[in-house]
Amino acid sequence: MEQSQQGGARMIEMRKVEKWYGAFHALKSVDLTVRQGERIVLCGPSGSGKSTLIRCINHLETIQDGEIVVSGHRLNDSQKAVDAVRREVGMVFQQFNLFPHKTVLENCILAPMRVRKLSRADAEATARRYLDRVRIGNQAEKYPAQLSGGQQQRVAIARALCMEPKAMLFDEPTSALDPEMVKEVLDTMIGLARDGMTMICVTHEMGFARQVADRVIFMADGEIVEENDPDTFFRNPQHERSRAFLGEILAHH
Amino acid sequence: MTLDFSVVANAWPALLSGVMGTMLLAASGMALAMIIGVLGVAILRAQMRIPSFLVTAFVEIIRNTPFLVQIYFIFFALPLAGIRLNPTITAILALGLNGGAYAIEIIRGGVESISKGQTEAGLALGLHRGEVFRLIVLKPALKAIYPSLSSQFILLTLTTAICTSISAYELTSVGQRIEAETFRSFEVYFTLTMIYLVISLITMWVLAAIGKRAFNYPDR
Amino acid sequence: MGPQELTYLVQGLGWTLILTAMGFLGGIVFGMVVALMRVSSRPWLRYPAIAWIGLFQGTPLLMQLFVAYFGLPLLGFDVPAWAAVGFALTAHASAFLGEIWRGAIQAVPKGQTEAANALGLHSRSRMFDVIVPQAFKLSLPATVGFLVQLLKGTSLAAIVGFIELARAGVIVSNQIYKPLVVFGVVGVMYFAICWPLSLYGRHLERRMAAGVLK
Repeated sequence: MEQSQQGGARMIEMRKVEKWYGAFHALKSVDLTVRQGERIVLCGPSGSGKSTLIRCINHLETIQDGEIVVSGHRLNDSQKAVDAVRREVGMVFQQFNLFPHKTVLENCILAPMRVRKLSRADAEATARRYLDRVRIGNQAEKYPAQLSGGQQQRVAIARALCMEPKAMLFDEPTSALDPEMVKEVLDTMIGLARDGMTMICVTHEMGFARQVADRVIFMADGEIVEENDPDTFFRNPQHERSRAFLGEILAHH
Repeated sequence: MTLDFSVVANAWPALLSGVMGTMLLAASGMALAMIIGVLGVAILRAQMRIPSFLVTAFVEIIRNTPFLVQIYFIFFALPLAGIRLNPTITAILALGLNGGAYAIEIIRGGVESISKGQTEAGLALGLHRGEVFRLIVLKPALKAIYPSLSSQFILLTLTTAICTSISAYELTSVGQRIEAETFRSFEVYFTLTMIYLVISLITMWVLAAIGKRAFNYPDR
Repeated sequence: MGPQELTYLVQGLGWTLILTAMGFLGGIVFGMVVALMRVSSRPWLRYPAIAWIGLFQGTPLLMQLFVAYFGLPLLGFDVPAWAAVGFALTAHASAFLGEIWRGAIQAVPKGQTEAANALGLHSRSRMFDVIVPQAFKLSLPATVGFLVQLLKGTSLAAIVGFIELARAGVIVSNQIYKPLVVFGVVGVMYFAICWPLSLYGRHLERRMAAGVLK
């Protein structure tokens, strides 16, 4: 796993990113470089800015200062850059956000047909391939409301993959799930990581972090406080806040 | 007091074609109202100041003045603008504008009830704002407010009666012609009232059937 | 349009307000009866109320005005036009307000009825001391909304031939051949009364929504 950290090209770069919500300083001079094939786990207490950070990467949030470059596209206010980034970066949400009026298959082919201009046949072939991969191919004709939370989240992952993204963002993908469904979603994510997908995951699943992360990034109060390989981070956290956070997380599990 | 419904009964072919006229006005009015409603909400969603203000002003003006005054205004305004339409088309226009204002208000409520996550998921997949509205937000929003929209459309169906004031072709104007020929005012209007009752029941049933078909996906 | 025409319109506006007041006040009284019948557990009270509401909500107000206008004399009531129109508006309002208040009564949480029962209140006290005051508050926005609808509805008296604001507009317009100006002014007059009411209704609604969240 170590080789990817130095090896790959720069996929995502954030330099001195500042983000405000009114008077609230949500991101404070954040610097982050993610190389191709890297797996990053982002953790920290709630309100620390981790979700905000990944939502800036695909421009769901706008930043006030600094610079974000994703796979060569510099994010500014031009719609062209935003389009290019969103075409290449997939996102999975805490609340799944599947479209309730579309079947699983329709959820998966909508963007490929509209954005990547695939034919319906090609989009469906791709969709079925990824649905099989997340082991939900036999539910393709069902509506989201007919699936369990874990199944819905796997569909959401497949839907993002159908755009053939170069990187994936996960925003607390298991937080809204019943405990017994967490594993099926994590297994899917581990599979993706094994196949070399560039990933940034906001999650409190420390087992997942240990198993697949190249780096764990700990945030607090809008700042990146600590950044380390998982072994070091879990065994020997450098900062007081990381230690306190880990203590709390481990106490709960 | 002597009632004589036979003259009304004898006029059934005229009444029947009047019913057709009313149905035509109602259906076209609803279609136009629907288009105006969706377009209006799309404009409000774009959050551009002047267009949004115009839509809001349109909604407030229509909702706070009587339909009768609106239809007279349109009836007299169009010819001055050099547009000559027959009374029935004018009536459809007036019904559509009136119903559209209410539809904007109702559909806007539905759109606001859809979670932001739906929009974000669409944007994250690379869809543009217009596509997100059209392909993702609109249908669940309409499903959420379909009962209110249906009641509003029943009201629109009943409002068609007022179109007799500009002699549009519909049931009430047919009735007034029969009244003028027979002087059986009460019998005519009583019969019309009962026919309207049937028309609104049928409309209710048709709208329910359309809703069932259009929104047949399960939600939770 | 001169001061004479304007005076004429203002007189029409006066009649519009009188008709609205008649319909609304009458509607409040009879609407209460309709609402209480509608929520009654006795079928012989409930079903007539359901039919009454369905009849007035399922037919055009214009037809209701016509039937009253031509029907009352047939029944031996030789009443002036304003009384016939007032009668129809009252009946119309009683059905709509009855339905609005039925909704409000049924929207009062069930726990209130249970609490009243637990306190040993008899059914009349339970209804008038516990349920109705709460329902009244809940129904206020919709009631104000209906007042606006009723005020606009009085314009249909014009088609029956009664001279209120809309009819006054038609007459003036025929005299001076400036329909857009006349109907513009008439529209502004309606708007000047309805809009503040609508805003007030929305204000009540917002305040209530905030109260519920508390």
